[in-house]
Amino acid sequence: MKILVCMSNVPDTTTKIRFTGDNKSFDAGGVQWIINPWDELALTRALELKDANPALFENISVALVGNASTEPTIRKALAIGADNGIRVNTEPADSYYVAAQLAAVIRSQPFDIILCGIDSSDYNGSAVGGMLAELAGLNVASSVSSLDVENGSLVLKREIDGGTETLGIQTPFLAVVQKGITKEPRIPSMRGIMAARTKPLQVVEATREEALTEFVTYELPGVKAACKMIDPENVKELVNLLHNEAKVI
Amino acid sequence: MSILVYTENWDGKFKKLSFELISYASEIGAAMNMPVVALSIGEVAQDELTKLAQYGASKVLTFNDSRLTHLVTRAYAAIIAQAAEKEGAKLVLFAHNNAGKALAPATSVKLKAGLVSAVTAVPSSMDPFIVRKKVFTGKAFANVMVKTPLKVLTLSQNSFGLVERPAAGTTEAFNAQLNDADFATTVKEVAKVTGKVLLTDAEIVVSGGRGMKGPENWPPLEELAALLGAATACSRPVSDEGWRTHHEHVGQTGKIIAPNLYFALGISGAIQHLGGVSSSKCIVAVNKDPEAPIFQAADYGILGDVQKVLPDLIQAIKELKAG
Ligand SMILES: Cc1cc2nc3c(=O)[nH]c(=O)nc-3n(C[C@H](O)[C@H](O)[C@H](O)COP(=O)(O)OP(=O)(O)OC[C@H]3O[C@@H](n4cnc5c(N)ncnc54)[C@H](O)[C@@H]3O)c2cc1C
Ligand SMILES: Nc1ncnc2c1ncn2[C@@H]1O[C@H](COP(=O)(O)O)[C@@H](O)[C@H]1O
Repeated sequence: MKILVCMSNVPDTTTKIRFTGDNKSFDAGGVQWIINPWDELALTRALELKDANPALFENISVALVGNASTEPTIRKALAIGADNGIRVNTEPADSYYVAAQLAAVIRSQPFDIILCGIDSSDYNGSAVGGMLAELAGLNVASSVSSLDVENGSLVLKREIDGGTETLGIQTPFLAVVQKGITKEPRIPSMRGIMAARTKPLQVVEATREEALTEFVTYELPGVKAACKMIDPENVKELVNLLHNEAKVI
Repeated sequence: MSILVYTENWDGKFKKLSFELISYASEIGAAMNMPVVALSIGEVAQDELTKLAQYGASKVLTFNDSRLTHLVTRAYAAIIAQAAEKEGAKLVLFAHNNAGKALAPATSVKLKAGLVSAVTAVPSSMDPFIVRKKVFTGKAFANVMVKTPLKVLTLSQNSFGLVERPAAGTTEAFNAQLNDADFATTVKEVAKVTGKVLLTDAEIVVSGGRGMKGPENWPPLEELAALLGAATACSRPVSDEGWRTHHEHVGQTGKIIAPNLYFALGISGAIQHLGGVSSSKCIVAVNKDPEAPIFQAADYGILGDVQKVLPDLIQAIKELKAG
């Protein structure tokens, strides 16, 4: 089986967010770019499955829709262990645009399992995976928190708001993964970094698609009022404030 | 023209977020002179359906099929898209939770409608259509324009609240065309978290971090939660250590919650933790380190040992409840 992990290139999660030009664009100055954390976990899980079942999984690819500046992120995925990378050479305009580009990729090179993250930590779309499945007419599992092989067949679990469900699903399918899929992301080894330099990274041109939405302006949250400190010997005062001032209890 | 709202139930009772969605839709509907139509999938009793009218739904469409007791993404999205077409919906609304994140993208593709997710306010303009959403995991907001005639939104929980706006509502069975392919994914087994307040639905959340020192120290935290009718939560290391179930983990890589009141007990307030809780209306922090970043995010703080503060807090709340 062939697995494709779709990845986005996002600012490091500790980045201080700033905007430029009348708050019309994100200020990328000095930003460290990383593999979107969910996608890094998805890739790690795919590699764990391949290591444990080499006869079942032959190849793990990663795909990223982005311009040339995103290549270090793809190389990192190759260093972690992906076999090859695909980059669709265009600026991601919105979730639909990205999903349509990825749909064109999987139309020309089919995969058995496609993994997406539940959300990109930049624009928080939570949309590309679900849109891609619909565009490609694939079976889909959302909010997947575990993906295993038991007796040669795949077992998926998904989170519902208040429990966990075990799913029955046939390949080819797309799984949108979230917390639980694996614990820690795999870190590139020295050998992996060396090998990544020569692994194939295919660049494909974008298909003509229109974005359906447009980010117009950005805002930072208002400055928060200072925290009211309460004497630890007078906890009653806190309860009093929560009741009478904040009116939350 | 109308606004269609997908209303989700849990064991036959609508989730609070369903009423919030209807409230939000009714606010837009009143301004735009568009009726609000609710769609309910699965088994929900008539008196429960009627509650939707309380928040402004003038019509409730119901669809019931024994194969739909669980979320079957493709089938549900097909029903919602067909209902949107039948009702001439201009706007289709979902909650920004697991179900909404599964259904909104699929529905938006079916309807060729632009999607804005994690919306936090009513649109600032209807033409062009511009609405505010969370970006960078709560660290900023973006105003997004939707260019298509139909729009799909997912609403961040607890960002609008419940507003009663009673309407004379009717209930109608809806009939959608479904294919076998829509049912290719099946649910084989379900493990529900029972007997507790749903974390994502809770008004009050009591959360513990590594400063709680160990799982043996949770009973007072649970007692506090029980007193307040609150759900319990934790930071990531706490669930990683196995002190608490991973269902309780909140933050960027866990659940994103927005209760009215969030107690952060022995939690440092790392940026990834705040990503999941910063939309709470009121945050109370108990921490022994004055430099802990949680105090930047909190509304009320106590600088002290959580083991000492918790019993006093429980006592003070008991006194409040006793009047
Ligand atoms: C990509 C990524 C994603 C992440 N996602 C998440 C996430 O979703 N959720 C999350 O929570 N974390 C997440 N983290 C981890 C995060 O960075 C922090 O490490 C974590 O939140 C710290 O948890 P904590 O506050 O419980 O523990 P600590 O940072 O160890 O803080 C413990 C706090 O307790 C206080 N304390 C100690 N003893 C006492 C006492 N007796 N009384 C009162 N206070 C006391 C200390 O002063 C300290 O502030 C993520 C990290 C990364 C890199
Ligand atoms: N530019 C991109 N290239 C490839 N995959 C992407 C891209 N953007 C998002 N994705 C995938 O879609 C998931 C959800 O992203 P989003 O819908 O943008 O929140 C991510 O975790 C990735 O798996």
